[in-house]
Amino acid sequence: MKSDVKIGLECHAQLLTRSKLFCPCPTDYHNADPNTHVCPICLGLPGALPAVNAMAVRYAIKVALALGCEVQPEIIFYRKNYYYPDLPRGFQITQYDFPIAFNGMVRIESDGGEREIRIRRVHLEEDPGRLIYKGTIDTARHSLVDYNRSGIPLVEIVTEPDLRSPKEARVFLNKLRSILEYLGVFNGDLEGAMRVDANISLAGGERAEVKNISSYKGVERALSFEITRQRNLLRRNLSVKQETRHYDEVRGITISMRTKEFEEDYRYFPEPDLVPIRIAEYVPELKAEIPELPDERRKRFIIQYSITPEHATALTYDKLIADFYEAVASEIDPKLSATWIADVLKGELNYRSITMREAMDRLSPDDFVTILRHLERGVITERGATVVIREILDRGGKPEEIIKRKKLARISSAEMQQAIDAVLNDKENTGAISDYLAGKSEALNFLVGQVMKYTRGRAEPKEVRSMLENALRNASG
Amino acid sequence: MKDITVAEVVAGIKSGDISCEELISGIYERIERSELNCYITLNRDKAIEEAIRVDKNREAYMDKRLLGVPIAIKDSISTAGIQTTCASKILTGYVPPYDATVIEALKREGAIIIGKTNMDEFCMGTSTETSYYGPTLNPHDHTRVPGGSSGGSAAAVSAGEALIALGSDTGGSIRCPASFCGVVGLKPTYGLVSRYGLIAYANSLEQIGPIATNVRDTALLLEVISAKDERDSTQIKIDNNSNSNYVFKTEKNGEDVRGLRIGVCREFLEGVAPEVEESVWHAIYKFEDLGASYEEISLKYLKYALAAYYIIAMSEASSNLARFDGLRYGLRLDMDADWHTTFSRIRGEGFGEEVKRRIILGTYALSVGYYGRYYLKALKIRTLIKREFEAALRAYDILAMPTMPCVAFKLGERIKDPLSLYLADVNTVPVNLAGLPSISVPCGVFNGLPIGLQLVSGQFQEDKIINAAMAYESSFKVFSS
Ligand SMILES: [Zn+2]
Repeated sequence: MKSDVKIGLECHAQLLTRSKLFCPCPTDYHNADPNTHVCPICLGLPGALPAVNAMAVRYAIKVALALGCEVQPEIIFYRKNYYYPDLPRGFQITQYDFPIAFNGMVRIESDGGEREIRIRRVHLEEDPGRLIYKGTIDTARHSLVDYNRSGIPLVEIVTEPDLRSPKEARVFLNKLRSILEYLGVFNGDLEGAMRVDANISLAGGERAEVKNISSYKGVERALSFEITRQRNLLRRNLSVKQETRHYDEVRGITISMRTKEFEEDYRYFPEPDLVPIRIAEYVPELKAEIPELPDERRKRFIIQYSITPEHATALTYDKLIADFYEAVASEIDPKLSATWIADVLKGELNYRSITMREAMDRLSPDDFVTILRHLERGVITERGATVVIREILDRGGKPEEIIKRKKLARISSAEMQQAIDAVLNDKENTGAISDYLAGKSEALNFLVGQVMKYTRGRAEPKEVRSMLENALRNASG
Repeated sequence: MKDITVAEVVAGIKSGDISCEELISGIYERIERSELNCYITLNRDKAIEEAIRVDKNREAYMDKRLLGVPIAIKDSISTAGIQTTCASKILTGYVPPYDATVIEALKREGAIIIGKTNMDEFCMGTSTETSYYGPTLNPHDHTRVPGGSSGGSAAAVSAGEALIALGSDTGGSIRCPASFCGVVGLKPTYGLVSRYGLIAYANSLEQIGPIATNVRDTALLLEVISAKDERDSTQIKIDNNSNSNYVFKTEKNGEDVRGLRIGVCREFLEGVAPEVEESVWHAIYKFEDLGASYEEISLKYLKYALAAYYIIAMSEASSNLARFDGLRYGLRLDMDADWHTTFSRIRGEGFGEEVKRRIILGTYALSVGYYGRYYLKALKIRTLIKREFEAALRAYDILAMPTMPCVAFKLGERIKDPLSLYLADVNTVPVNLAGLPSISVPCGVFNGLPIGLQLVSGQFQEDKIINAAMAYESSFKVFSS
């Protein structure tokens, strides 16, 4: 599909180091009281000096390698000078010239098939603190500042303007998240773990930058809004100005912050409190530590388990799901496992808006193997298996105990015959029977449903259907 | 007081011959009677308490090298629990929750902090006149400046209001007041002493360093504060800053400068007052008498040093001082406005004129379009100067020159003319650009005003200048009482 839209993203992902980028404070601030994970360094107290967390540098190098980038031999930290209450030093320590890496590439699945999105650069920087408004940003009289987040390591990944639609941008972000999670350096479930700035331009217009989009869904919404806004301007022969816009998450719109003439001058210069760090020597060792990534794993799944490309994609996006699948597929037919995990289990997770990580507190691969084994052996029906999965996700428990308690064990053929007889002899169903016999084959579905109801789902619908067909054939003959 | 050394005081306290409490109380009495305005904040109660503890438990402290020694700390160095203002209104009331690494080291060795000394606001000055807390007076002439920016520290040591002191030196801030007050001051090699806890003026130039009445005490204090520190990434981690033993080294071959090659750079004598030049030449001849040799040399990039220095220092300062917005600490104004207005008002009221001037100039120098023309060019000059010094210091062991081109000037004489003040730093700033160690020792008096001799050596060769200074000092008592 040809498109006149060009989108480039700057993605900021929080790295899962134990301590902050420049001080020993812990990074697990999400459930902490405000301003409890702070020290002279991340509060920017006079005289306190930053010292680089080597683990954060290693993580960032891994990210760069996983994105196929050229890692630079030496990195330098810079100061980006601007005032904001969440920025305790009046500058952010980030990178400018001499970042971690340049020139990478990420493959995404798009409507038009596979596409390559170029990565311009990868660098390391610190997160500022967080402003908390009492009420909304417009109405609050005061804002509070929480510096727990100040100094959390962020890896910034900048793409070339290769994305052609808001949907592609979302697909890219999902893919990026997937890669970062495979590396074990990122947890996309944490609130604010990924924040995005987006550059958007339409053919014939200048480019606008939308700042600080903090959710995956927000990216698609913000971009769609912005494209419509720019299209409307161009249609009316008005020019799209080069400007920076703010995304209002609540209203789903973008608002102008400043135009080009008022762009801030960040006065970048090398951070004099830090020294250049040579990283070339660490690259071979870190390269060896890169695990199998989603693309490779997907290819392997298709070959090793003979599953469809669609299933392979669905199973490999989330590393935990892929691990779960492999654990189950080592015991159960891989194709059956793929269907039950990619289609059924993922559907149930989505329906509940829970992550695999959360689900795994209740549902282990062993449990899943037990469920599928009972299904394979005919102990429970497909419906019964679904009930067991739902029960475990909602309330916990073990498969065997649930099958017993909910009487999900598949019924015997004698019981089944009895159920069929009962349904066929029920006066309520006379109409449906005569419809079927008169050639309306869809009436059979109603009768199957009645039998299922009678057996409370303990019968296999396919079997019910064929037994019903036999019985009706006999009745008519 | 002036003739007693740290070693003698420590020995006296350890033996019980000196009462630490009396010593410390005596210091405070002297401070109370003094008109010099050396201190911004005194640490009296805690210091006396500490002194009593030292007297009581001295047997337990026999290993402490600075036991009971009264020390003055420049107010640019963070001290846990003691107000630290950098002589600025904007930091008035700020009490750091942590100690600078050098303060930890001093406490480990049993030193007693007398108080925080006056200085030029955020170290920006050569006269201690830009302090929000008023100027410090020169102990030798109360109508004159003590030099700066560590003027309070040098004046306190000179006037016996402390035995030793810490200063910080960005472009001469230890050596200038040492020269004007007739005491010894040393700026260490960049990267020898941890800067953790030093409130930054220009990070890439400055070091904390010792001030004392004699070279040996200076060396001892340097030894204590040059501890390795992982918190300062710019500290150069080499073995001789883990167990540097300058006192030992100087004792081993101290007072022997036979064969020492001294370079005397012509550029450092240009524009120097005749009485100063004469005094410095006398010192060089003295070295010759002691067995050293000298040659005149020329360093052609020196003429750019002052400009490069001020561009780098102001640029870094414009960024370093951005954090002072009144939000988390320091000056608060009772106002209800958005953050933009609040920050502007606080910075407008909290910073003095010289600080504002340097922030504005530094901001300009780092701006798009000017960065290459000013900041990058200054960095290139810096590299050239560094190389030139390195070459000179391969040919000569040390370089000798006047610390200051003049003796202490009158209060108010230059403060209205910033350029004339900046020019006074002409001999001290090149050393900071090159990151080299240098010491200022008294070498003469003119009309009762001290003159300082500056000695410079190669990176981490503090022992060379300490040794030479000690040899010179013992051969020539400037203020023999
Ligand atoms: Zn911290």
